[in-house]
Amino acid sequence: MDWGALHTILGGVNKHSTSIGKIWLTVLFIFRIMILVVAAEKVWGDEQDDFVCNTLQPGCRNVCYDHFFPISHIRLWALQLIFVSTPALLVAMHVAYRRHEKKKQFRKGDQKCEFRDMEEIRKQRFHIEGSLWWTYTSSIFCRLIFEAVFMYAFYFMYDGFRMPRLMKCSAWPCPNTVDCFVSRPTEKTVFTIFMIAVSSICILLNVAELCYLLTKFFLRRSKKAGNSKQQPNHENKEETKQNEMNELISDSCQNTVIGFSS
Amino acid sequence: MSWAFLRDLLSGVNKYSTGIGRIWVAVVFMFRLLVYVAAAENIWKHEHDEFECNIKQPGCENVCFDHYFPVSHIRLWALQLIMVSTPSLLVVFHVAYRENREKHHNQKLYKNSGKIDGGLLCTYLISLILKTGLETVFLVLFYKLYNGFKIPHLVKCDIKPCPNTVDCYISKPTEKMIFLYFLVATSCLCIILNLGELSYLIFKYSVKCYLKRHVKKQQ
Repeated sequence: MDWGALHTILGGVNKHSTSIGKIWLTVLFIFRIMILVVAAEKVWGDEQDDFVCNTLQPGCRNVCYDHFFPISHIRLWALQLIFVSTPALLVAMHVAYRRHEKKKQFRKGDQKCEFRDMEEIRKQRFHIEGSLWWTYTSSIFCRLIFEAVFMYAFYFMYDGFRMPRLMKCSAWPCPNTVDCFVSRPTEKTVFTIFMIAVSSICILLNVAELCYLLTKFFLRRSKKAGNSKQQPNHENKEETKQNEMNELISDSCQNTVIGFSS
Repeated sequence: MSWAFLRDLLSGVNKYSTGIGRIWVAVVFMFRLLVYVAAAENIWKHEHDEFECNIKQPGCENVCFDHYFPVSHIRLWALQLIMVSTPSLLVVFHVAYRENREKHHNQKLYKNSGKIDGGLLCTYLISLILKTGLETVFLVLFYKLYNGFKIPHLVKCDIKPCPNTVDCYISKPTEKMIFLYFLVATSCLCIILNLGELSYLIFKYSVKCYLKRHVKKQQ
């Protein structure tokens, strides 16, 4: 079980995403998950072993490390990636539910069902409309919120995105204010800025996708409204024709009645 | 043999689950298994090496570590994940038994061998009760072993061969505590999902039974 399994799960959702959604997924896997696994994990691999404090007092190093790094960058990123990928599962579940309904229809032998066999149902690509549109839009909205929350948490916890070389620590049992040195601060700063930049790109992609979906929705609505406005003219013409015919029939009836009575 | 085996097992179970069951599988995959493998395992990786006592006496650190961490948090977490996923195997075995029976008799005995009714419903309910029970047992175990869900910075140890009361420092206590709370939160969520599924199934099938009887009476 690793990030590969996540790739399999989200790959299925990819079929039913918009083009921007597919780009987002590619950016997520190549520039975030792959970079995390292949490079970032190694940069932060020796973070506590090489965190050195200018004291021989046992325990001072542990306490200072814990004070300055309540949760490691690498773990925060891993959590961010997991939380940001989760809303896509909502879409996957909705698609699976629709497929299940279609399979039920097919099994009952419903004539409305336009598929020839189960394989077609399995391979079918659903368009983002109706209730699936709402699920998809909510998933993008949730993603945006998670990204923003994690970026803010990062900024708040580490006072910006720079990794300092030296930290001054005076937590007990350190005897005085002690200098503690972080390992590979420049490399860590570079990777931090890279991950923040890619997060921002992902946020922009999500915003663009949201705008695209909303625009599509309003355009479709106005089209429908336009169509329904045209139809009443047609109906009016037909109604007047029918009214004329009815009048003719009632006139002819009256004439025959009068004819009989006379 | 790795966590991939558990993943494949749970994917198999997914086929025969209700909607809530599938949400439970998704929560276990994403928020428990994936977090464990991708993040939590590395935090506890060097816990023994980084456990430092304010003493040079050989053996003191080992003895103190063993006293305060009889079973490491991460091992308990792994055991919990395995135990909690296992009851779902009962359902898989029951479905396999049904299909075997059909093959043996060479005729269709069940309308749909994967549908949750009759004996399979009982098996499913038992698996849900077992899952919930095991989750609760592990949560209580965590609470009792570690005096709540807190991890202190410092523990005081005076076991032989430590000469006096000695200060021992635990590495990354804050990070460990954050992930421990995460574990507890996801366990509670899974318990709620299991209880929800249990109530839903019991309600659904009691209504079905009642309607059947009602129809029979009318006839």
